[in-house]
Amino acid sequence: MFAYLVRRLIATVGLLIVVSIITFSIFFLIPRWAGASADTLASRYVGRTATAATVHATAERLGFTDPVYVQYGRWAKGVVVGEDYDMGASVVHCPAPCLGFSFARQEPVLPDLIDRAPVTFSLAIGAAVIWVIMGVSVGVLSALRRGSFFDRLAMTVALAGVSLPIFWTGLIALTFFSYKWGLTAVGGAYTPITENPGRWAYDLLLPWITLAFLFSAQYARLTRAGMLETMGEDYIRTARAKGLRERTVVVKHGLRGALTPLLTIFGLDFGLLIGGAVLTESAFGLNGLGKYAVDGIHANDLPKILGVTLVAALFVVIANLVVDLLYAVVDPRVRNK
Amino acid sequence: MRITRTRAATAIAVAAVLGLSACGGGGSSSDKKDSQGGSASEFNAAYGQTYKPSSTKGGIVKLGQAGDWADSVDPGDTYYGYSWDFLRTYARSLVMFRPAPGKASAELVPDLAEDLGKPSKDAKTWTYKIRKGVKFEDGTTVTAKDVKYAVERSFDKRVLANGPAYFDTLLAWPKGYQGPYKTPNMNTDSAISTPDDYTIVFHLTSPFAGFDYLAQLPQTAPVPQAKDTGAKYKEHVVSSGPYMWDTYQAGKKYTLKRNPQWDPATDPNRKALPDGYEVTLNMNPDDVDNQVISGDIDVDIQGTGVQPAALSRVLGDPKLKARADNPLSARLNYTYIISTVKPLDNIECRKAIEYAMDRTSYQNAYGGPFAGGELATNLLPPVIPGYKKVDLYPSPGSKGDPAKAKESLQKCGHPDGFETNIAYRAERPKEKATAEAFQQALAKVGIKLTLRPYPLATYTSETCGLPPFVVKNKLGLCVYSWGADWNDGYGFLSQIVDSRTIRVTGGAANMAVRIPEVDKMLDNAVAELDQGKREADWAAIDKRVMEEAEIYPGIFAKSLLVRPLHATNVFVNEAFGYYDYLAMGAK
Repeated sequence: MFAYLVRRLIATVGLLIVVSIITFSIFFLIPRWAGASADTLASRYVGRTATAATVHATAERLGFTDPVYVQYGRWAKGVVVGEDYDMGASVVHCPAPCLGFSFARQEPVLPDLIDRAPVTFSLAIGAAVIWVIMGVSVGVLSALRRGSFFDRLAMTVALAGVSLPIFWTGLIALTFFSYKWGLTAVGGAYTPITENPGRWAYDLLLPWITLAFLFSAQYARLTRAGMLETMGEDYIRTARAKGLRERTVVVKHGLRGALTPLLTIFGLDFGLLIGGAVLTESAFGLNGLGKYAVDGIHANDLPKILGVTLVAALFVVIANLVVDLLYAVVDPRVRNK
Repeated sequence: MRITRTRAATAIAVAAVLGLSACGGGGSSSDKKDSQGGSASEFNAAYGQTYKPSSTKGGIVKLGQAGDWADSVDPGDTYYGYSWDFLRTYARSLVMFRPAPGKASAELVPDLAEDLGKPSKDAKTWTYKIRKGVKFEDGTTVTAKDVKYAVERSFDKRVLANGPAYFDTLLAWPKGYQGPYKTPNMNTDSAISTPDDYTIVFHLTSPFAGFDYLAQLPQTAPVPQAKDTGAKYKEHVVSSGPYMWDTYQAGKKYTLKRNPQWDPATDPNRKALPDGYEVTLNMNPDDVDNQVISGDIDVDIQGTGVQPAALSRVLGDPKLKARADNPLSARLNYTYIISTVKPLDNIECRKAIEYAMDRTSYQNAYGGPFAGGELATNLLPPVIPGYKKVDLYPSPGSKGDPAKAKESLQKCGHPDGFETNIAYRAERPKEKATAEAFQQALAKVGIKLTLRPYPLATYTSETCGLPPFVVKNKLGLCVYSWGADWNDGYGFLSQIVDSRTIRVTGGAANMAVRIPEVDKMLDNAVAELDQGKREADWAAIDKRVMEEAEIYPGIFAKSLLVRPLHATNVFVNEAFGYYDYLAMGAK
């Protein structure tokens, strides 16, 4: 097990290096191939009446005049040993792992990521709890009552949940629940859990439900399909023949079998959400990692984009590792292998 | 999908607008004489007059912003109108636009200075006397040296990249000067001298008669050198105004509180009604509108008008419409006709486009007369002093004149039309609709346009603003938009019609206008000390550019603003084109 973990961690580091190289290349190499010069790239980060000299000075300050591999090397060095940045009147040291300095804002990226991570974590964890409970419960009941009114209704609602984009459901939910009826917090509201847990939950309730609505729908459909398949297996018939209670058959044997593929999907979904629930955060004005990435994209601010991309990649990998380990817990067949 | 929805919303809004305008709800009220205003909630109640006039102090003015602050809250590092509007709460420049409704807001009044600048006869030297008794938030006295240092630091665009570059190019800086960070010991008296603590003299390389307009730039707001932290200064700007920074949470929230060192006796322009300001950043754009309507926040700080979703709602609901203002701003939405792309090197081919385009479709592309704006036939917006309407390419009902266009095509040697491309910013549905409107109108005379969307972020630096790219990709037309740096002819025209601003490496706002005569006219106008004559010069430049048909003016922009539910002393400051945040009260 230990060797397995070490192998996975080494692979994670390799993956993060590859992701950073690809992101860097998309940002710098492609414009260069299209004919953009260092000054052209720097024009993005100066005021609208900047002189040619100003643009060139900015290109030098941001390091655009160096070859791309040198720029990548400088960034990578910052991750390992930190980097010093000239702020004019002072020099600021960005300690390792320095994920870069925002081109547009002249601020280190890592403190921003750390600052915004709790928002995204809060959003993802709360929503995940709701969607897993809702999705799995509805899926199991639908499978057990296949063809019933409940099954049809649940699957219709699930279809709507999957089909409706979150930026739309988010705004509709805000309009009615917040502004019309005053039941939930207004958009952009967030209170840290350490400050006031009750307020934290109140502020995030609507984003949780909106996000969970989308995922519950997917999970209900997946659970239903998995349960229908599992409940038709020979070992379920054997369990029933042994005289086990129906509840035990469903929960201990049926659901457990259906959970394995669900767990795989959950690992990916949850990892991606931790990397930034872009649409939900944008719709509700929550300043999490996803919103930070969107700002970075709008401002062509590579260090921001790179920072969020790496965090997202890291969490997807970690979530998948945890899921792989959980397989053994959930499914005895994996343990035996 | 997103674009389709946006367009559908815009179409509904346009339909609503057209229907409502027939009922007679519009009309500019910027000419209203009653600047005292009142408390009656009606359309344009805060445009040209003050809505809910008040002198009651207390409360917090709450502002919301979709997205992050566009550049910086450092007065030496910002180029956005709303930023300039807001920073007057904590920074005092030498001169300012009068915080008043209507035409009065076009008037320059002294702020940190005792009076407007005193020019030398050749307009190359400008002297200002600083008010005595003005203090920073830490209690130290503001002197001329603090103003000089503020302008000097703005020179270093390596560190403060966002601000305007007028001082960099107009002042007589010593050779090799790179700003106080890189060249701290260099004597800069050739550019700015301070004979005593309360006198500051600016020395220019060439005459500039409108220097007071430069003196109102936030870059002249004093900065104490000992407290300057360069690029980090934005995290705590040292206040010289009635408010000081309380919290600076990047990308989240800014709050200002009263500055106890501010003395109203030194400041005739500020009422300082609220106890503070609170700015919530990174909100969802539609949610900003919702919260302004519900009263959870007072104002959308960006002041560009409501989103399409709220537009139809506001115009369709009489109660909400009574809470709206519809100001005209110093912004022109227009399209460059680029003479470096054949066959548009021939002026007659360019004139064919001027004649063939349906100007009303341009207006509709931007959302109609309320959300879009007024039809424009020349460059200078009406809110700029010296504005004179010019219409060199008239057409019946402003819908285009195909016969005249055909005549021009005949003269340019392409009687059956020609093919070219039209570029626009992909993220802007209104610009796409404009490009489509051009495509349809020009097709009637045989000019075939192909639509070329390009990313917004690199539009000026890497596509339409990059001359070799324009030629290589045959971009005959580029849809664009420009707002004045300040409301005078130079502040509007200099960056879009002066051929010397065009850079081969890209990044200039002027993408097409290359008329040597216009460059000379600009030089003459900036040296003219007589304001009346100078304003006539701007109008002449405007006409000359139109004669060359290198710009197709579409509409002078208007925006639909929703007035705060709770705030008092609300009016549109025409220097900015949206509500005056400095004058607003909370009670």
